Amino acid sequence: MGALSFRFERRFREGPAIAAEAHVPLGEAPVTVLFGPSGSGKTTILRALAGLETPDSGFIRFAGETWFDAATRTLVPAQRRGVGLLFQEYALFPHLGVAANIGYGVHGLRRAERDERVREVARLCAVEDLLDRRPAQLSGGQRQRVALSRALAPRPRLLLLDEPLSALDQALREELRTELRRLLVASRVPALVVTHDRAEALSLGDRIAVVIGGRIRQTGPVSEVFAAPADRDVARVVGTENVLPAHVTSRSDGLATVTVGTATLLALDVAGAPDDVFACIRAEEVTLEPRDGAPTSARNRLAATVTVTALEGPLVRVHLDCGFPLVALVTRKSADDLRIAPGANVAALVKAPAVRLVPHGTSTSPP
Amino acid sequence: MDTAALKLSFQLASLTTLVLLVVGLPVAQWLATTRWRGKVLVEAVVALPLVLPPTVLGFYLLVAFGPRTPLGRAWADVFGGPLPFSFGGLLVASVIYGLPFAVQPFTAALARVDRSLVEASHSLGVSRVGTFARVSLPLAAPGILAGCVLTFAHALGEFGVVLMVGGNIPGETRTLSIAIFNHVEQLDYAAAGRTSLLLLAISFAVLVLTYALQRGRGGAWGR
Repeated sequence: MGALSFRFERRFREGPAIAAEAHVPLGEAPVTVLFGPSGSGKTTILRALAGLETPDSGFIRFAGETWFDAATRTLVPAQRRGVGLLFQEYALFPHLGVAANIGYGVHGLRRAERDERVREVARLCAVEDLLDRRPAQLSGGQRQRVALSRALAPRPRLLLLDEPLSALDQALREELRTELRRLLVASRVPALVVTHDRAEALSLGDRIAVVIGGRIRQTGPVSEVFAAPADRDVARVVGTENVLPAHVTSRSDGLATVTVGTATLLALDVAGAPDDVFACIRAEEVTLEPRDGAPTSARNRLAATVTVTALEGPLVRVHLDCGFPLVALVTRKSADDLRIAPGANVAALVKAPAVRLVPHGTSTSPP
Repeated sequence: MDTAALKLSFQLASLTTLVLLVVGLPVAQWLATTRWRGKVLVEAVVALPLVLPPTVLGFYLLVAFGPRTPLGRAWADVFGGPLPFSFGGLLVASVIYGLPFAVQPFTAALARVDRSLVEASHSLGVSRVGTFARVSLPLAAPGILAGCVLTFAHALGEFGVVLMVGGNIPGETRTLSIAIFNHVEQLDYAAAGRTSLLLLAISFAVLVLTYALQRGRGGAWGR
């Protein structure tokens, strides 16, 4: 499978221009998240990729095809891009039943074949029992799954999802994050998801592109971007957070033991989470002390070696190797007292409640 | 009873509605979706019959389609007779005069169709025309129906422009409203009263039917 690469500019009569540039490899990572604060231009980028918005300059290429090129005046209309689009409010056709909604974009098939295709995607998205309903009779979560079925039915080559969970209420949103991730992986269609919600970005995405002020500022695997923000703006948007791919090995008394790299951490368990998770630790929550310090209440005490340090105002950002990369944020005074410098040996302390587990099924997880 | 006038009026109103449906829908769709700033000019032209006296429109049509003008000659070549004082002329005048009654409700109804539904249809591979037929039209149907009824009812009772362009030829251009005018002129108040009552009853029935239909539709779609 190829890649989606684009570099384009879209100017508006009011508001800042959007100038997006990215290269998104589609084969190895099923879900790429466009992450950024509200109004940063994520949706405009998505709409330009879908062909609903025409950029003023630049190009958009997908798997060897040119969808848009201002220089050669090439513009492939939305109809012929083979893109499945999930709208924020789902945009189900209110005058059509669920089955007709799902089958709407399936062209060139006999009626029986089309019905079979509709049932097939409906089964995948668990809306088979709803085929006779009308959109008005569906709950928010059901609408989302019907909309996803409709987008998947014509076998798109790329899925674009605009804030797929924002139309749902908070409790449902958390519940459906894992479910949506599972569906996206199971569909085997590469997906680009727009979100401003950090937890959503973490649980849905394999790769992340951080959008700030109309520009894509950093792209990479989710844990990498969170661990090493390219600059201060990105750091502020993603939060000073360690995002570590982890695996739950055992659970007891509301606590979970997870392996991260070669190390083991104790964390608060999340009900219903799969075994594959991200362990998230805010850099501020990591305490450093000498290796030979006395035991404390912190359940996680890791032998660590300092790899890199960087000044950040009154603070020092300390990159550690403790079997996995970990970032700690400490005051300059503490850093001086501990004689922190690359190569120094310290102990990193993290309380179990400070290790937050975010569900993240991988592509190999069972459906 | 003026059965000839009644038949003529219904013919004229039906054909006017049909023509305006065919001509008005594309115009309305364009008005509802274009972002071109110059569209106010088109909107003004469409609305002109609302404020213009029918006599002004009738006068210009008579002048434009006179026997010696290029337009008039072209019309005569195609339809085998002059436009003024014919049913064809009546139809042209009625269509132009009914423009706002059709296009304005059509535009309002089509503009209310959620833009993201149209975009969803496009991204699902359905052409603009296909999307119009499968999404916009069914969703705007109640408003379009209302526009048709309004156009029909208005064309049924049209007087001034008919008199100017069509004159008063029984069976050809003498519509119900002209017939009423004739009766009054001849001081035949009984006949005028019967025809007037007929027109009143038809208009009222048509409007009641429309509102009833609209209610039923709106309920089914949960609006």
